[in-house]
Amino acid sequence: MQIIVNNQAVNVANNSTIIDLINQLELDAQRIAIEHNRVILAPDQFDSLTLCADDNIEIVNFVGGG
Amino acid sequence: MDELIIAGRSFRSRLMVGTGKFASNEQMANTIAASGAEIVTVALRRVNVNDQQDDLLNHIDRNRYLLLPNTSGARDAEEAIRLARLARAAGCDPWIKLEVTPDPYYLLPDPIETLKATEILVKEGFTVLPYINADPVLAKHLQEAGAATVMPLGAPIGTNKGLKTRDNVAIIIEQATVPVVVDAGLGAPSHAAEAMELGADAVMVNTAMSVAGNPQLMAEAFGIAVEAGRKAYLAGLGKEQQQAVASSPLTGFLRDK
Repeated sequence: MQIIVNNQAVNVANNSTIIDLINQLELDAQRIAIEHNRVILAPDQFDSLTLCADDNIEIVNFVGGG
Repeated sequence: MDELIIAGRSFRSRLMVGTGKFASNEQMANTIAASGAEIVTVALRRVNVNDQQDDLLNHIDRNRYLLLPNTSGARDAEEAIRLARLARAAGCDPWIKLEVTPDPYYLLPDPIETLKATEILVKEGFTVLPYINADPVLAKHLQEAGAATVMPLGAPIGTNKGLKTRDNVAIIIEQATVPVVVDAGLGAPSHAAEAMELGADAVMVNTAMSVAGNPQLMAEAFGIAVEAGRKAYLAGLGKEQQQAVASSPLTGFLRDK
């Protein structure tokens, strides 16, 4: 199924969880924050939350800044 | 010992350093180390899902530095609050350098949205360090709203112009009950020293280091300047006056009869 991640279409397997998506994108779960349909997730939700088609995900991390 | 205390947490260094615009993460790491800073700012941005970059956090020892996320890019209170919450969700201490800059040309902070965001974030338990124009009345309002510091600009972000807001920063310092951190526009160590001599509790520098020919050496220079300015402030500067006052005795000249 298709979801939107950071404004881009991404294909994930049906019944994928947030942690599956993190692994698919090869991200470090300790260093990111995620919004699921505009709701910020606590890290302990990464395992339990199952994605649905057309979900809108934002993933951010830290970059250089002043 | 002369320590900087923000929201009950003490720091030996009075220089905060930004991590933006360095040629590489290695250069950034060497620069923040050379500065002696204990507080370093970072920004929050969308992960590039197609192209993983070298993670900035691989290069910042979080036992040594307090990571201070900013809300750069926020154009109003709502966007700033969203970024602050995301930064906390990403595992940061709930400290936030609040920046609300609707105008991309001068990046001047929006006072009304900044105050609004401060009120909400303080209630949510954040330690809020708002970036503001050098407005003493706004500084008071922010203080009353529970801001942990105020961060008046010396000049617009990245301009290297120095302490153009000197007189208003002096009023903020005179009236503030929270630390005053001069942020933005400081382009040379002498500018940082000037702010510290004036009584600022700390200064924040990024561009002046990242664009220097030798960022690491510039960071060292800023570290020395901040210490020098602080010591001069503590020592008490002499008063300016119009007429000359001789430093050497005015007696015992060879011409005396």
